[in-house]
Amino acid sequence: MSPSVPLQEMIRAIRSARTQCEERGVIQRECAAIRAQFRQADNGGRSHNLAKLLYVHMLGYPAHFGQMECVRMIASPRYSEKRVGYLGAMMLLDEKQDASLLITNSIKNDLSHSNQYVQSLALCTLACMGSAEMCRDLAPEIDRLLRASNSYIKKKAALCAVHIVRKVHELGELFAPAARSLLSEKNHGVLHGAVVLIIELCERNPETLERFRKTVPDLVQIMKGLVLSGYSPEHDVAGISDPFLQVRILRLLRILGHNNEGASDAMNDLLAQVATNTDSTKTVGNAVLYETVLTVLDIKSESGLRVLAVNILGRFLLNNDRNIRYIAMTSLQKIVGTDHNAVQRHRGTIVDCLKDQDASVKRRALELSLALVSATNIRSMMKELLIFLSSCPVELKSHAASGIFNAAERYAPSQRWHIDTILHVLTTAGGDVRDETVPNLIQLITNASELHCYTVHKLYRALLIDISTQSLVQVSCWCIGEYGDLLLRGECQETEPVQVTEDDVLDALETVLQSHMSSPATRGFALTATMKLSTRITDNVDRIRSVVSIYGSCIDVELQQRAVEYNALFKKYDHMRAAVLERMPVIEKNSPGHTNGESTGEALKETQGSRMKPTEPKQLPQPANQVCDLLGLLGGSEETLQPGPFAAPGLLTNTASTAGGDLLDLLGDLEPEPLTPAPIVPVYDKDGVALTLSCEKQSDVALTVTLTASNSTDADISSFTLQAAVPKSVQLHMKAPSGDSLPARGAAKVTQMVVLNNPNKVNLKMKVRISYSSRGSTFQDTVQIDSFPGL
Amino acid sequence: MIKAILIFNNHGKPRLIRFYQYFAEDMQQQIIRETFHLVSKRDDNVCNFLEGGSLIGGSDYKLIYRHYATLYFVFCVDSSESELGILDLIQVFVETLDKCFENVCELDLIFHMDKVHYILQEVVMGGMVLETNMNEIVAQVELQNRMEKSEGGLSAAPARAVSAVKNMNLPEMPRNINIGDINIKVPSLSPF
Repeated sequence: MSPSVPLQEMIRAIRSARTQCEERGVIQRECAAIRAQFRQADNGGRSHNLAKLLYVHMLGYPAHFGQMECVRMIASPRYSEKRVGYLGAMMLLDEKQDASLLITNSIKNDLSHSNQYVQSLALCTLACMGSAEMCRDLAPEIDRLLRASNSYIKKKAALCAVHIVRKVHELGELFAPAARSLLSEKNHGVLHGAVVLIIELCERNPETLERFRKTVPDLVQIMKGLVLSGYSPEHDVAGISDPFLQVRILRLLRILGHNNEGASDAMNDLLAQVATNTDSTKTVGNAVLYETVLTVLDIKSESGLRVLAVNILGRFLLNNDRNIRYIAMTSLQKIVGTDHNAVQRHRGTIVDCLKDQDASVKRRALELSLALVSATNIRSMMKELLIFLSSCPVELKSHAASGIFNAAERYAPSQRWHIDTILHVLTTAGGDVRDETVPNLIQLITNASELHCYTVHKLYRALLIDISTQSLVQVSCWCIGEYGDLLLRGECQETEPVQVTEDDVLDALETVLQSHMSSPATRGFALTATMKLSTRITDNVDRIRSVVSIYGSCIDVELQQRAVEYNALFKKYDHMRAAVLERMPVIEKNSPGHTNGESTGEALKETQGSRMKPTEPKQLPQPANQVCDLLGLLGGSEETLQPGPFAAPGLLTNTASTAGGDLLDLLGDLEPEPLTPAPIVPVYDKDGVALTLSCEKQSDVALTVTLTASNSTDADISSFTLQAAVPKSVQLHMKAPSGDSLPARGAAKVTQMVVLNNPNKVNLKMKVRISYSSRGSTFQDTVQIDSFPGL
Repeated sequence: MIKAILIFNNHGKPRLIRFYQYFAEDMQQQIIRETFHLVSKRDDNVCNFLEGGSLIGGSDYKLIYRHYATLYFVFCVDSSESELGILDLIQVFVETLDKCFENVCELDLIFHMDKVHYILQEVVMGGMVLETNMNEIVAQVELQNRMEKSEGGLSAAPARAVSAVKNMNLPEMPRNINIGDINIKVPSLSPF
């Protein structure tokens, strides 16, 4: 085996390899040698070998066989070997490996080593890859080191404590007192570590946060010292005294002052001082200013200070340095929710940044622009955003497109503008939009009934130009299918009409059908559109028939199925064709037909209007019947007295009602009207028993009536039941009452809900029979209710 | 928290990689490649902050990088670190390297990878910023190196012998011992 070659020699050998293959060969030889050397018990060049292994690991070759060697090296008494061993442990081991447990003992011993550099190695390793068990074991040691050691160790122990707290949250309590006392240190490194530790403790535990609020005056003192002190050569970076520490302290102040008046007051002066005194010509100054601004905006600062902060951000935005502009936009993003108007003032600059060459700046500008869109500036902003969309980098396109859609939806000044915007987006970035865009757009179009002509013209033109953008093609096909007659009529108020013949339209649709670029879904759209045109055009029905029958033998199963059904529509069910293919009604938003991407294309079978769940093409007229039957379940027998609480039938009606209820939910949002407080009307009052009525309209035909009974006599009433009867065409369903006993003197009430369904909208009347027993005797009475309040 | 520190050259070859969160080996190499792709596309006059590396962690993480001659220094950080502060930290780190190596260049990083790690350990520990004062860092590193050298022992011996030989100033040693002409007078003896 080759003698141990020092690290540099090996690196030289690797670098001189001219090809990847040669390099692999060299490395394999070296690794074999290293492995052999590891197996030897006592070996002088161990540290060299491990260093070589780490180099090889960095290049990406496997190095796991060095893990045990790391453990052995850590246990060695020699500093050079320990050093490499710990480095290897940090690079090769992690808590998932078993070998990491073996070093716990070594770390423990080394933490109390006499040499501070050995201690620091142990601390470093623990902070990098300490597992939860190791942390729990060694936490008391760390606490000891935090209190009594030199500053070099203290600062390392502080960061080690942060790692421990991250791994084992409960140990935060252990370190809080030590952290508090570290704040009085002079050494900046220790202070820095202490502040990081306190930040971690406060973020984890709100009680600790409360306790540390008392340290705000101390922190303010330290900051003042840093800001106002003269030039101190050891901490100076470009004229600012220890900017890293300043930034850290400002961050801690932010956490302590957040949502707390007292702490915020204590910091106001300091923040104003820092904001005005810091020199902003260099990056370090800007870092401190930036942190100050973030702190001011996050705590309960006074308004003058906030204005100062936003102005500083505005200055940053105009800075030439792109880094500064970037972070200015990042911080404006954070406050756009709370200080919206302040940010609006800078809208012009932000929109200009959309045109910046830098992709990061563009991304920030896009986020901020989308947040700044409002009803007043929607038109100008949208213009800018659309220009941006046509030239934006690929990774931002889909985000930009969905942002534009959201903005358009919320603030569209007119429907035509809305449709235009969406079409524009589809033509420029159609490949990157989300799937819901197509049904959303279709729903929008159906809602804008006066624009149908305009829309179909525009879409037809777009289709002629380009059929590669699937979403655009799908919408175009759908529109042409629906509104093809408007297209063929050749007249349009809003845009120049296009003179087409039926053949032209059918040609366009066939091109889509046959093109290789069309996805299966698009072809489905096109086929359906062709079919719909069969009722809207007069001459070329035969052509449509032939197209449809050709696709009856298409390889794509979906297309084939549709074609076969449409064929059937031509042959056996020709009498139904006109009815089936007539114009679709307006799709309500949030109905299932609306959100189900593709199904909206299958508009044909929706004979029941939008409340109907869109069914598969197979089940032609059945769904309508199904619903009727289910509704039959709900209806009780007309005019027979419906007794309220039964045991078994009650259950039956309840389940039916829930089933019916579910079905009603399936059928779409019933959109309950805004509930005005239902008036309560007394309908019966005799012998101390009073009955009141209130009703709620659920829809045009459904009504829920609530009857409330109360007892003002001195005796309890039991077996209290209500029965109700209604006219023939009204369907009645009584729900289970809340109880059947009325305690004396109105201590409690009984409520009974009755659901009425009045499809024929007859005059609603209800007869209610009351029966109860009181003081041993039974009573019965009837009352007729002719008027229902709120109806 | 700093999630990773990567140094690679203009062709993507890694010169130093340090992850403060566990990643499998192949994942690490993939991250290096992806980071290199993202960073090398950037112009020199754009800003030093990059978002959108998907492998290394998602929405909260940014890449903050600086380009010095042939090397990219990339720090992957989350939102708890100040971006401008990290830029300054990279500057501090590079200046420290410069002080420790006397006009550091890429070759120094290549051949003394372990020393660079030890220097880095004084600046960043466990993903958190430890010390930012350059003089302090350099002093500590010096002391540690001295400690390592003072530890003699067997393994150091061959190295020391080698270095002793290397340090021998051979050119100055007289190659030819030119004593000059030796005029050895051979007494002429009379013939017997």
